[in-house]
Amino acid sequence: MAKARVKAPKKAKAGDIVTIKTLITHKMESGRRKNKKTGELIPRHIIDKFTAKFNGTEFFSADWHGAVSANPYMSFSYKAEKSGEFEFIWHDEKGEETVKKSKITVA
Amino acid sequence: MTKMTILKRSKLLAAALGGMMIGFGTANTVVADDLAAFKVGDKHSGYVYTAKETRALQDDDFENPAMLWVEEGEALWSKAGPNGKSCASCHEDAAAMKGVAAVYPKYDAKNKKMINIEQMINREIVEKTGGKALKWESKPLLALTAFVSLQSRGMPVAVKTDGEAAPFLAKGKAFFYKRRGQLDMACKHCHEDNAGNMIRADLLSQGQANGFPTYRLKWQKIGSLHRRFRGCNKNIRAKPFKAGSDEYVNLELYVKSRGAGLNMEAPSVRR
Repeated sequence: MAKARVKAPKKAKAGDIVTIKTLITHKMESGRRKNKKTGELIPRHIIDKFTAKFNGTEFFSADWHGAVSANPYMSFSYKAEKSGEFEFIWHDEKGEETVKKSKITVA
Repeated sequence: MTKMTILKRSKLLAAALGGMMIGFGTANTVVADDLAAFKVGDKHSGYVYTAKETRALQDDDFENPAMLWVEEGEALWSKAGPNGKSCASCHEDAAAMKGVAAVYPKYDAKNKKMINIEQMINREIVEKTGGKALKWESKPLLALTAFVSLQSRGMPVAVKTDGEAAPFLAKGKAFFYKRRGQLDMACKHCHEDNAGNMIRADLLSQGQANGFPTYRLKWQKIGSLHRRFRGCNKNIRAKPFKAGSDEYVNLELYVKSRGAGLNMEAPSVRR
């Protein structure tokens, strides 16, 4: 299972634009590499969708394709209006989902 | 040794290296003053030769992808082996490892030769926790090495080179200056004579070891110094030695001794 890291502020003032950084371990196998011994193609296995939600509502998402590096890093901004919980979801082609949550208090 | 004399050595070599030599030239990369922490005298860490985007990855512990391995290593630190003991059972806090990575490879009286950090971790796993030795370049060994090395971050490299270590240092030094492979090049041709120059599209570094294990963007994962040695040897079309071989451990000692005083950066990020 992939291991994810998220850096999101725990506290913010209303109206602040906060930066959220995410990182996940994934080999992001492109499907173009060959097994050196047998010459067979290694089947593609990548994360194809990243979604960020706040209190259950999606506010950011990205479709990832073959050229994304291994262990992808993603950073984006969010305008904090109220307290709640972020939810980050990485969905891979085999249907596996890695979910990470983080709370924020808006004063 | 100048590039002219390398070219004179043989026509075949000249043909093989032709493209490469054209690539040599003074790099215009401006080396900023804020790099003082990465320089000691004329010794420059690989950081100095790295693109600023790559430096930014290393500077921020969150963005540094090697930290994913460090986290894994932290978990392994307190994971019990078959006999119920973990690293933490004896060493408790990982802070006990402060400065350890900076002084390896060390002379090992038991085997009467040098032992490096990976080998020491493996010995402890076998002798103290009753576990099986981890494979070189395997995820758990890289993770533990990265975690242990991180504890020495910012401390100067200080390998012991006198006394019992002296003959091994001499062997490592001989390796560094010995020509090998089809291209008939020694480590020193790139990393001593041409550090700071371009080799085709790449900027040559001094080949310092203070950032290992390092996350290499080319590898898309963290890797050991011996993996880097093997890559270098393959590039000059020499037959690489095995990771963990005596030849490479001695070379590691010499490479670290020539970078003595540079701050430990492990786990670093390089292109």
